[in-house]
Amino acid sequence: MRFVLKTDYHRDSGLFRDRVQFSWYAALFIFVLCLPIVSGTYVESQLTTVFMWSIAGAGLMILVGYTGLISLGHAAFLSVGAYTHAIMLDLGVPMFVSIPLAMVLCSALGVVVSIAALRMTGIYLAIATLAFAMIVEKIVKNWSAVTGGNAGFKVAPPELFGWELDSTAYYYFCLLVLTVVMLCVSNLLRAPTGRAFIAVRDSEISAQAMGINLLKTKALAFAVSAALTGLAGTLLGYQWHYLFPDSFSMLTSIQLLMLVIIGGLGSMSGVVFGAIFITLLPDGIATVREWLPDSIGNLPGLEPLTFGFLLILVLIFEPLGINGRWQKMRLFFSQFPLYRNKTLKRQKSFLRTERVH
Amino acid sequence: MFEVVRLSKHFGGVTAVNEVSFSVNEGEIFSIMGPNGAGKTTVLNLVSRFYDVDEGTIQFAGEDITHAPPHEIARRGIARTFQNIELFERETVLQNLLIAQYIHRKTNIFSDLLFLPRVRRQEAQSRRFLEDIIDLLQLQRYREQQIHSLPFGVRKLVELARALCLKPKLLLLDEPSSGLNPEETEDLSFWIEDINKELGVTILMVEHDMNLIGQVSNRVLVLASGQPIALGTPVEVKDHPDVISAYLGT
Amino acid sequence: MDTFFQLLLSGIAQGCVYGLVAIGFVLIYKATEMVNFAQGDIMMLGAFITITLINHLNWNYFLAVVTVIGAMGLFGLTLERVLLRRMIGESPFAVLMATIGLGFVLRSVAGMIWGHDSQSILTPYTNIPPLRFGEVVFPVADVVVVGATVVLCGLTFLFFRYTRFGVAMQATSQNQLAASYVGISVKRVVGVSWALAAAFAAIAGILLLPLKSAYPHVGLVLGIKAFAAAIVGGFGSLPGAMIGGLAIGLVEIFTKYWIDDIVQFSVSETSVYILLLLMLIVRPSGIFTSMQRKKV
Ligand SMILES: Nc1ncnc2c1ncn2[C@@H]1O[C@H](COP(=O)(O)OP(=O)(O)OP(=O)(O)O)[C@@H](O)[C@H]1O
Ligand SMILES: [Mg+2]
Repeated sequence: MRFVLKTDYHRDSGLFRDRVQFSWYAALFIFVLCLPIVSGTYVESQLTTVFMWSIAGAGLMILVGYTGLISLGHAAFLSVGAYTHAIMLDLGVPMFVSIPLAMVLCSALGVVVSIAALRMTGIYLAIATLAFAMIVEKIVKNWSAVTGGNAGFKVAPPELFGWELDSTAYYYFCLLVLTVVMLCVSNLLRAPTGRAFIAVRDSEISAQAMGINLLKTKALAFAVSAALTGLAGTLLGYQWHYLFPDSFSMLTSIQLLMLVIIGGLGSMSGVVFGAIFITLLPDGIATVREWLPDSIGNLPGLEPLTFGFLLILVLIFEPLGINGRWQKMRLFFSQFPLYRNKTLKRQKSFLRTERVH
Repeated sequence: MFEVVRLSKHFGGVTAVNEVSFSVNEGEIFSIMGPNGAGKTTVLNLVSRFYDVDEGTIQFAGEDITHAPPHEIARRGIARTFQNIELFERETVLQNLLIAQYIHRKTNIFSDLLFLPRVRRQEAQSRRFLEDIIDLLQLQRYREQQIHSLPFGVRKLVELARALCLKPKLLLLDEPSSGLNPEETEDLSFWIEDINKELGVTILMVEHDMNLIGQVSNRVLVLASGQPIALGTPVEVKDHPDVISAYLGT
Repeated sequence: MDTFFQLLLSGIAQGCVYGLVAIGFVLIYKATEMVNFAQGDIMMLGAFITITLINHLNWNYFLAVVTVIGAMGLFGLTLERVLLRRMIGESPFAVLMATIGLGFVLRSVAGMIWGHDSQSILTPYTNIPPLRFGEVVFPVADVVVVGATVVLCGLTFLFFRYTRFGVAMQATSQNQLAASYVGISVKRVVGVSWALAAAFAAIAGILLLPLKSAYPHVGLVLGIKAFAAAIVGGFGSLPGAMIGGLAIGLVEIFTKYWIDDIVQFSVSETSVYILLLLMLIVRPSGIFTSMQRKKV
C-alpha cells in the first residue's frame, strides 16, 4: 500500500496525486510522442482517431459525467463544428482562426440549447437535445446551397501558416490539441467552476443552498461541452476529407454517449479508454470475423450488435465503465492481501429518481 | 436582523404555514418547534427560497429577500442544513466543504481553465480556511473519506461544517439532533453554542428535542398545523397550555 | 377540399400507429418509471415475424396476427425478466441507455435474419378497392388502421375499467408501495405492463405493414416520433398518448403538403421535432405529470 503524505495545501489542488502518478503520465506521453517513429501509418491514423474522439468525449463527459445532464444530441455540435470550419476554410479563412470561431459558434449554440432546456432535467433534457440534433441534421441535409446536402462537402487539407500537415504532422497536431484540452478540463475540474458542475450533478438543491446559480452553471457546462465537441468536429472533418449529413446522425450521438459510459462516467481517463474502445472495436470485430465460420462471419451488422450488447453488459455489471474496472484492479494490487470485495461498494449512479411517491 | 411577517404557504388545499410572524435578533439562538407536519421545514424552505412565498414578507439585514432567487440567499449570508442531509454523496468531506467556498471565489471560468497563479493561491487559501472549521467540529479524521462511507452522525456534522464554510451571518438548522444518540446530541449543544458565541453566527433552528432547546435557545416559537401558537423563552413555552394540548393532540 | 379529407384520413391512420406505439411507452413508464427506447424496434420485430409467417410459411392472415400478438407479448415479458428487472433502482438514464443498447441488438439481429431490403405482406384487404365518397377516395388500409385502433382503444378502456387486473395496474401506477400493501403483486403488474406494451407495438407493426413496408431501421425514427406523441399527450395517460399520436400524424402530413411546397424546404421532416421541442419548452415540469421536484 502507498500512502500519500501531504505537507502543504497546494498538494490538494495539484494535477497529479503524487510523483509516481506524474511519472506514469509522463512516460505515457513520451510513448505516444515517439510512436509514429516506429509504428506504421495504420497505427498512427488509428491513434489520431482516438485523439479526436477523446476530445469529443471530453466535451460530452463534462456534461454527462460531471454536470449530470444528458445529451442525446451531441452529434449536432460535432456537425456544426465540422461544417462551420469546412465552410470557412472554403472561404479562405486560415485554420487557426476558423477553429476558434467554430468553437465559439458551437458554445453559443450550446447556451441556446441550455436556455431552451431551462428547467428540464433527466429524460426530458435527453429528448430535447435529441429533437434539437434531429432538427440540425435535417437542416444540414436540406440546406444544400451551403452545406452541399447529401452530395457532401469537401474539406480543405490541414494547413498551418502555409505548411500543409501530412499525416504524421497531423498526428502531432491532434495530440497537442488533446493534451491542451485535457489539461484545461482537469484545471477546470479542480477549480471552483468544476466543483459547481459536480455540485449540480450530485444535488441541485444543495448546490442552490451553496449559492450556485443552476441556470448559469448548466449553461456554462453546455457551452464548454459544445465548444470541445465542436473542436473535435473540426478535426474529424480533416480526417474524413468529406462531410456528409449522415456522418452526424443520431447514431453518432449515441456512439458518443457509449464512449463516455463504457469508458466510465465521471472520469477523464475514462474518456480516453472509451475513445480507444470505440475506435478499436470495428477492427476487433473484423479480426474476429475471420475466425468465425463464413455463415456468421459474413453477416452485416455484427458491429452494432456488439455495441448494443456491450452497452447493456456494462450498464448492468460495471456502471463505472472501463475506468471503474481499472481502479478496482489497481486497488486490488496495491492492497493485495488486504483487498476486500466491499472496498469499492457499488454506488447507485448519477441521476436519482425524479418521482416522489 | 431577521424578520418574517405574516408568512403563508399553501400546497393545494393544505395550508402548511399560516400567517407566521417572528423576528430573530442579532446573536440570538431562536428555535421553532411543533408536532410533525406543523410546517417547520416549510418555513425554512421559504426562507431559502426553495418555495415561493404565497403571502407575507421575509426581511434579512435590512433588505427584503421575499423574492430573491434561491442562489442569492447564501451570498447574502444565510446558510442552512437539511432535515434529511443533502450532501454531495460521491465526494470527499474536503470536496464537500470546498464547494461552500464557491460564493467567495474571485476567479472566473477563464482563469479556472488555465489554473492561473491566482486560482492556485485562492485554492490554498480556501483550504486553510476550511481547516479552522474542520478543527472546530473535529472532523480531521474524515477529511479524505467519501460521504457515503460515513456514519450518520458524522454526516450531520459535515453538513453543519459545510454550512459554516459559507461564512454565514444567519444559520438555519433543520432538526440538527434527529438521528443522533444522546452523547452526540450533548456534543451538538456545545458546538451550537460555540458557533453562536465564537463565530458570532445567529441561529434559527428547527428542533424537537426540548432538552437541547432548553440548553441553547433564547426564545422558542411553537407551530401547530401551520399556526403560531406560542412564543417565548423555553421555560415559558414548555408550560403553555396550548402547546401541551397541541402535542397531546386535543 | 377532397385532398384535405384524404390527407386527414391518412394523417389519422399514421397517427394511430404512432399512438399505439406511444401507448406502450406510457404503459411501461407508468408501471416502472422507465423509458423504453426500444419500443419502435419491438414494433419492427412484430412486423417482420408477421411477414415470415404470412409470406414464407403461408399462414392465414388472422391466425398469424393472433400468434404474433401473443408471441410479442411473451417477448415483452421475457425482456422484463432477463434485462429490465436487473435495472430496478438504477438511474432513469442508465435504463434509457440500456434500452437504446437493446434497440441496437434488435435492429442488427433483424438485419441478419431478414436482410436490409424493404418487405411487405398481402393482407385480405389489399385488393379491396378504395372507398369513394364523391370525389374523395379513402384507401381501405387507412380505414382498417383507424377501425382497428378504435376497437383496440375500446377494449383497453374496458380492461382498465372493469377487470380486477386492470384496476390493480392503475393502483400500482399511482403508488407501488401502497399497492403492494393491499396485496397486489407489483412484479406481476410490471411484467404484464411490458407484455402489453410489446403487444401494442406488435399490433402497430402489423397495421403499419400495408401502409409502409418494413426494414430493420423502420422502428428507430418511428419510435422517436411515437415518443414525441407520448410527450405531447402528457406522458401520463393512455388517451393522451393516442391523441398525441394523432396530433403528430396530422402535423407531419399537413406540413408536408402545405408548407414544404410554399417554402421550398423540407419543413415536414423537422416539424415533429419542432413540435416536440416546443412542448418540452412550454411545459417543462408539467409534462411527466407524476414527476415533481424532490422534497427537502
Ligand atoms: N412540496 C410539498 N408539496 C406538498 N405538500 C407539502 C410539501 N412540503 C410540505 N408539504 C406539507 O406541508 C405540511 C408541513 O410540512 P413540513 O415538512 O413543513 O412539516 P414539519 O413541521 O417539518 O414536519 P416534520 O417534523 O415531520 O419535519 C405537511 O402537511 C406536508 O405534507
Ligand atoms: Mg421537517
